[in-house]
Amino acid sequence: MYSRPTMSVIVPTSLRDALDVLAHAPATTVLAGGTDLMVELNSGHRQATAVVAVNRVPELRSWHHDPATGTLFIGAGITYAEIAEAPIAQWVPALAQAARTVGSPQIRNAATIGGNLGTCSPAGDGLPVLSALDAVVHLQSHTTSRAVPFGEFMVGPKRTVRVPGELITGVTVPVLSGWQGYSKVGVRNAMVIAVASAALVADPASGSVRLALGSVGPVILRCPEAEALAADAADFDTATISAAAERDFTELARQAARPIDDHRSTAAYRRHAVGVLAGRLLRRAFPNE
Amino acid sequence: MSDELSDQLGSNQQYALHVNGQRMEVRDAWLGESLLYVLRERLGLMGSKGACEQGECGSCSVLVDGQLLCSCLVLAASAVGQPIVTIEGIAPVGAPNDLQQAFVDAGAVQCGFCTPGLIMAAHALLEATDEPGEFEIREQLSGNICRCTGYGRIIEAVQRVAVARRSEAT
Repeated sequence: MYSRPTMSVIVPTSLRDALDVLAHAPATTVLAGGTDLMVELNSGHRQATAVVAVNRVPELRSWHHDPATGTLFIGAGITYAEIAEAPIAQWVPALAQAARTVGSPQIRNAATIGGNLGTCSPAGDGLPVLSALDAVVHLQSHTTSRAVPFGEFMVGPKRTVRVPGELITGVTVPVLSGWQGYSKVGVRNAMVIAVASAALVADPASGSVRLALGSVGPVILRCPEAEALAADAADFDTATISAAAERDFTELARQAARPIDDHRSTAAYRRHAVGVLAGRLLRRAFPNE
Repeated sequence: MSDELSDQLGSNQQYALHVNGQRMEVRDAWLGESLLYVLRERLGLMGSKGACEQGECGSCSVLVDGQLLCSCLVLAASAVGQPIVTIEGIAPVGAPNDLQQAFVDAGAVQCGFCTPGLIMAAHALLEATDEPGEFEIREQLSGNICRCTGYGRIIEAVQRVAVARRSEAT
């Protein structure tokens, strides 16, 4: 057996208490749904001496839709099962699609969007959608509070700008009127970590098309060139885009990928797959040729 | 935080869980133990099975606060104060309920290892919906792996119970 250090477990029932714990012991390990951390604890790959379980903090378990600003705040403790259902699914359908591809019902009942952000794996299913939506991540400590655009929040594989003492409290996303979707490739429908994934958001109000790629780089990758091409080529009123533009978009997405070979796939397959996903999503957003 | 939580999770490494309607003391335990480990090794409830210990197989499925979860991914000490239902809490030992009996009748039990987890997953589905379609059943059971690969009969068993419960209700 591996050695087991003494561990303390605290289960705060308010945000203030949770932040107090982190203020006194900034290195405390934050436990959300447990679907990442418990795997590592069970295997002995990670040891923790102090854990704060935040799944019963009411402030993190709430969401708030603000029609005036057209935004939705999703508390860090909202589960993927909750995101996959109305009303959240109606406001951010791409995030709901991504949520439904996470693990299994058991995993979705536990796993939270805050946990997905905290782990920040390039394969995290929610992350390409948050990237394409230009989501803002909220971080709070005992004395500070900041809002960080997703593109600045994730700085490497499983690396974020969160500092010890800070807690991810939630994420704000825009509620948009255009088509949006998420797609991923894996070895089966359920219980699969993405080999490649993509999220596309078409926003008629700003005339923009946004594309974010997952599992094909050290961070979630946005594709400015593909986005500019699609915004130029697409007719939002008639949901039309040419086959040539779809091909070019696919190629630009392929080129934007920075994939690696690992135990789940090869770099070459990932590059191919993510291009196919991007092209498909574009065609779903603009079905007419 | 509530007194109950802070009291029970102090430095004395002792806490109580509410399992199948009973308060159960967990003594001298490492606080990093999973709920699955505590159920089996500390509380003697062997119905929940441990296979992957990473949430992939579903054989340890239980209900915590009404939610179907993999008990291997629940930090036991963090489940203080929440109602936990295991396979032992579904029906008395020796008196299977209709869902358990349907698994037997349909031939859905082969080696039996995955069966408790599948019963818990199917139970959660049937509590939430009266008329699950085949697709819904397949999605609900997608986190439970049967190494004997007897999925057809498992799905048939769940469908039989849904139909029988509906006809009883009318």
